[in-house]
Amino acid sequence: MQSIVQKTNKKGPAAGGGSNGNMLANLVKNNVRQYSMIISLIFIMLLFQILTDGLLLKPLNITNLILQNSYILVLAIGMVLVIITGHIDLSVGSIAAFVGAISAILMVNYEVPTFVAIVLSLAAGALIGAWQGFWIAYVKIPAFIVTLAGMLIFRGLTMIVLEGKSIAPFPDSFQKMSTGFIPDFGGASGIHITTLLVGILLSILIVAGDIKNRQNQLKHNLETSSQGVFLAKLAAIVIVLNLFTYALAMYEGIPNILVILAVLIVVYRFFTNRMKTGRHVYAIGGNEKAALLSGVKTKWVTFWVFVNMGVLSALSGLLFAARLNAATPKAGNLFELDAIAACFIGGASAYGGIGTVPGAIIGGLVMGIMNNGMSLLGLGIDWQQGIKGLVLLAAVAFDIYNKNKAA
Amino acid sequence: MSEMILEMRNITKEFPGVKALDDVNLKIKKGEIHALCGENGAGKSTLMKVLSGVYPYGSYSGDIYFKGEECQFKDIKQSEELGIVIIHQELALIPYLSIAENIFLGNEQERNGVIDWNSTIIKTRELLDKVGLHESPNTLVTNIGVGKQQLVEIAKALSKEVSLLILDEPTASLNEDDSENLLNLLLEFKKQGMTAIIISHKLNEISKVADSITILRDGKTIETLDMKKDQITEDRIIKGMVGRDLTHRYPERKPKIGDKILEIKNWNVYHPLHQDRKVIDDVNLHIRKGEIVGIAGLMGAGRTELAMSVFGKSYGKKITGQIFMKNREVKMDDVSQAIDQGLAYVSEDRKGNGLILMEDIKKNITLASLNKLSNKSVINESKEILAAESYRKKLRIKTPSIFQKAGNLSGGNQQKIVLSKWIMSEPDVLILDEPTRGIDVGAKYEIYTIIDELAKEGKGILMISSELPEILGMCDRVYVMCEGRITGEVSRKEATQENLMKYMTQSKVRG
Repeated sequence: MQSIVQKTNKKGPAAGGGSNGNMLANLVKNNVRQYSMIISLIFIMLLFQILTDGLLLKPLNITNLILQNSYILVLAIGMVLVIITGHIDLSVGSIAAFVGAISAILMVNYEVPTFVAIVLSLAAGALIGAWQGFWIAYVKIPAFIVTLAGMLIFRGLTMIVLEGKSIAPFPDSFQKMSTGFIPDFGGASGIHITTLLVGILLSILIVAGDIKNRQNQLKHNLETSSQGVFLAKLAAIVIVLNLFTYALAMYEGIPNILVILAVLIVVYRFFTNRMKTGRHVYAIGGNEKAALLSGVKTKWVTFWVFVNMGVLSALSGLLFAARLNAATPKAGNLFELDAIAACFIGGASAYGGIGTVPGAIIGGLVMGIMNNGMSLLGLGIDWQQGIKGLVLLAAVAFDIYNKNKAA
Repeated sequence: MSEMILEMRNITKEFPGVKALDDVNLKIKKGEIHALCGENGAGKSTLMKVLSGVYPYGSYSGDIYFKGEECQFKDIKQSEELGIVIIHQELALIPYLSIAENIFLGNEQERNGVIDWNSTIIKTRELLDKVGLHESPNTLVTNIGVGKQQLVEIAKALSKEVSLLILDEPTASLNEDDSENLLNLLLEFKKQGMTAIIISHKLNEISKVADSITILRDGKTIETLDMKKDQITEDRIIKGMVGRDLTHRYPERKPKIGDKILEIKNWNVYHPLHQDRKVIDDVNLHIRKGEIVGIAGLMGAGRTELAMSVFGKSYGKKITGQIFMKNREVKMDDVSQAIDQGLAYVSEDRKGNGLILMEDIKKNITLASLNKLSNKSVINESKEILAAESYRKKLRIKTPSIFQKAGNLSGGNQQKIVLSKWIMSEPDVLILDEPTRGIDVGAKYEIYTIIDELAKEGKGILMISSELPEILGMCDRVYVMCEGRITGEVSRKEATQENLMKYMTQSKVRG
């Protein structure tokens, strides 16, 4: 390749550069989707903040928001992977109910220790996911059909094992998972000191990490945003983060469930962005044939995406059961639709290949805040459903409009 | 002079960057079978699309006269109304509808807005009789063979009061008996006064049925031959098809050829759906270090099928045979094994099988080599960016940044991305399937240079191409395929367009 290298060296720098102004424009253009999502989230928050006379962002309500939406957000994380591969999963609500029922039988009827019961329940979720993944990845039955069947099968099984009744109550240690808060070192000072400390610690970590990352990019002469944009972005993140932890600290502190959720978001974001298999998930959704011909084990990856969905459905079912302190035959009803809507509002493409974990989380929050805000306003479930439907349609229409404009 | 049914005058049709048709003239006499010949990409199908209104009036320049009247078709419907019916190479039947439903699709036999099934069935029976197909009109199309499906297509054309029938490669997917049948049917129709245009690569078929031949080359009309008057031989037609100057230059090859690096023995492959159809028939070939080996052949000769079946069995069923890399027998049961064994395959279908268009350049380049960039399956992003950046420079991919979506680039640059991907996987042998298809002339030269460099580095190159000049310009040795078999092996010195074309059209002897 010698000769080719030499010829290009002369041209190298010119092609790599570009003025700052151009880059900013590019940055905005390339991220319009991502930013527009955050902007619409903020808009919806402000709207309900005003409409509810400030009730929405009261510390108590913020905590409630997290507790209410955690199980949908957990599902959305798994669902976005399924959607990126170009599939869909309609069965997650039923699986959540079924696993909730199993956990109740283990813990309440057989008095199995909480930790063991949780592990067994998650394993049950994995097994169910493997069952569906097998039909979808290896037998090539469309996911819509397999999971539609799963939706019926596991709802039916839930009713069978529960014999149509609810099982309650769960042991305290299990309930804590969904209703507890992290311990406080500050004593009875009225404000949750640990929570504030966590906020500050996270701020330091984020700032340090971003600066290091930026230095690395500069060292390799890679495309970076200008210093001003970088600092503004960083400052915004730190301020929002600390306002958030401050609000939580004013109530009972960080809920346990938020810790679980944060860990999941970080892990799955890392998986999709940085891991080989994560990359393969996008490749399969983007062009399955090209992925296959590039050595991606498409069936294997698809299979594990559904196993993963099964585990997260199980976790969602456990969180829900713990919060309700009961396993009921009706648990998880329509969860699948909320999770799917969260992904699409969050910018995932129904044709596969596009979507992000943070996007799905933001989509889930949009839905959650609208639910919560409309409930605070006293709107009936009838109006809530209709308005949520319109928001979903508008989000996807906006997405498609954007894409057509770009093409 | 007999009466002309169709005259196309000075037809010019441009696509962005390419002149597909350049001042083409075509005259068809009433009642004849007129063959349209030319290499792949000569403009035959484009010309027929202009004629049938697929490319509407205004998107080309020139005039069309049909039965003496000027025509300005806006869509296929208008040309069909005048009786110009085209049967495309890929059959356009709907598999899970019945023969009758397919024949009258879009042309339903209605009475008061309700489909009249009795008259549909009766008319279908008449049409099936005409084409000699003895099947019930209610049989689903999926349940009959390809040969019979072709007859259904013709029956469908006949249902439209056709006066000019155009057949684009009608026998490409047919076996010998079915082809024979079809050709006889055409001759039968001719006796009844129908005019037909047939596009075909198979010269023996053309000699059998055609009354005259128009040859296209590089989008221009070369000549029109009268079969009876001029005593036309197949060699004469070949000469017309290929007789051109080399329009592209090639880097000068100074091959340093080493030991055998890839050898394929007794390779047999069956069609993935029609499992009794042999697609690759006992192929043996080898490639040496530093050698560029060409595979020539017409469309449907089985070249891509051969390459893909070798590359991790990504095509075909019931694959048998042996693969040796560096004289050691290896197993390549899936693509990742093939990559690990040092094989790379650059697909002919860049957009469909090669690239993930919605992903950026970087991710496309590194997709087949993520193992090298990862530590415990965590991708090292800086390493990835640097690697992609180095290939952008090496192969001169013209793009503002490696974060551009692959779909936004031109064909030549897209091809460079695919090449980068496979060069990065550090293969010993690269199979390049139509590496310059749809790429403009300047970029072609760059691709040739890259290929030459790869050979110099000691890699073995297997280059599949439909462009004979490219094969002659680049390859040290050429295999020629026809109907799934290797019909010839020619060294660089012996290779001429004429003798390659001869092997390419060497169908199995009939009867």
